Amino acid sequence: MSAITHHVPDSLLAAYVSGNLEHHFALVVAAHVSLCLDCRAAMEAHQALGGAVLDTADCAEVSEALRASIFDQLDAPVAATPNFVRSGIFPSPVMEALKGTPPRWKPLGGGIKQSILSADRDGSSRLLYIPSGRAVPQHSHNGLELTLVLQGSFGDDAGRFGVGDLEVADSDVDHQPTADLDAACICLAATDAPLRFNSLVPRLLQPLFRI
Amino acid sequence: MIWIKNDPNFLPLRIRDMFAASPQLEHTYKNGPKMPLFEVMSKDMNMLKDRKKVPVPPISEVSEQTTWMLAVRDQRDRKAFARLYDHFAPRLKGFVMRSGIPAAQAEEVVQDVMLTIWHKAELFDPHRAQVSAWIYQITRNRNIDMIRKERRPVPDELGQEIGTEPDAGQILAVDQEVKQLVQALEALKPTQRDAIEKTYLGELTHQELCTQTGLPLGTIKSRIRLGLEKLRYELKGMR
Ligand SMILES: [Zn+2]
Repeated sequence: MSAITHHVPDSLLAAYVSGNLEHHFALVVAAHVSLCLDCRAAMEAHQALGGAVLDTADCAEVSEALRASIFDQLDAPVAATPNFVRSGIFPSPVMEALKGTPPRWKPLGGGIKQSILSADRDGSSRLLYIPSGRAVPQHSHNGLELTLVLQGSFGDDAGRFGVGDLEVADSDVDHQPTADLDAACICLAATDAPLRFNSLVPRLLQPLFRI
Repeated sequence: MIWIKNDPNFLPLRIRDMFAASPQLEHTYKNGPKMPLFEVMSKDMNMLKDRKKVPVPPISEVSEQTTWMLAVRDQRDRKAFARLYDHFAPRLKGFVMRSGIPAAQAEEVVQDVMLTIWHKAELFDPHRAQVSAWIYQITRNRNIDMIRKERRPVPDELGQEIGTEPDAGQILAVDQEVKQLVQALEALKPTQRDAIEKTYLGELTHQELCTQTGLPLGTIKSRIRLGLEKLRYELKGMR
């Protein structure tokens, strides 16, 4: 059990709170905040500022019908929303992305596995399993990549990342995350653009695995 | 509660009652005093004395919104909910319309948010958030859910343990930090204030948004951190 040293940058937190962070990144931020009291406090400070903006907003006249409609519905039964709870190493937002089922790992070669959580034109989010001592094929990014460690640890040019640590890598970073020797590393990763692999084989696999 | 309402000697009792419904008092309200009034009170006053750790703040200092929200949460008080509605509905509508949503649709959002406040009241924790902050996040979440047609990812909920002693000092401190934040916001130059409003209305991407607000967010962050530490936090098993 070590302290989290790599946190969510303030601009990403503000974007998350104001609802302006793209869905895949929002998942990673929500997962980190689930593990990190410092970032939760920072997030709630942004909410306080959002609340101050709301409280000083210009008022608009509301119709009488709205009031009646709301009070009529106070006793109406509400549809139960599925409630996902943390399970093992996966905080609740990850469990929700997994729809409450275990990850469906697909081999990527070299013992590395991934489980896609979602992928669309805005980007993708996935779980990565890296056996101890193994490295993810070297790659860089067209856009932004967020990687949150859920189990074990890895290291790359930017430093060492343990459970709860978040790596923020932009298009300038060309990195090769390597899992530490003591345990397999499981990460939650999100990108807003396909990764660029430096060697041919992963590049050929890319469309197949949507990474 | 009428019988103590206007008696200044029982101010601490009222505050205590506001934050933690005493089963004994509740029983008294519903069924009439079963034991002599004095005994009920002195018993409660003794319980108060036992909780030396928190100096009880004067009730007038806690914001109205917080007292209304706690009455909704703990007593399902409709009058308090009506007050919350009267305060927030026009602001919410104005806020939502500023992000470019037409009036009729804005009322749908207001309805959705107000009903969420009523149904999810148990999630409101005044040790960490002022009502406006809590409602702000509900509003942004609902707005995004409606656009995306799916729930946006949210962190694990940190629930309060049932029966946790409320810490009036902490609640008041959060309230006051927020008051100062609002004053600081109002004192900004119009261009700066506009940038902040755009940020929290969700009009800017994370590359564009303004995080150099010039506002003292550090103090409120430390205060919220203290509120978080009061929760039973189950992360130990995970890390
Ligand atoms: Zn953090």
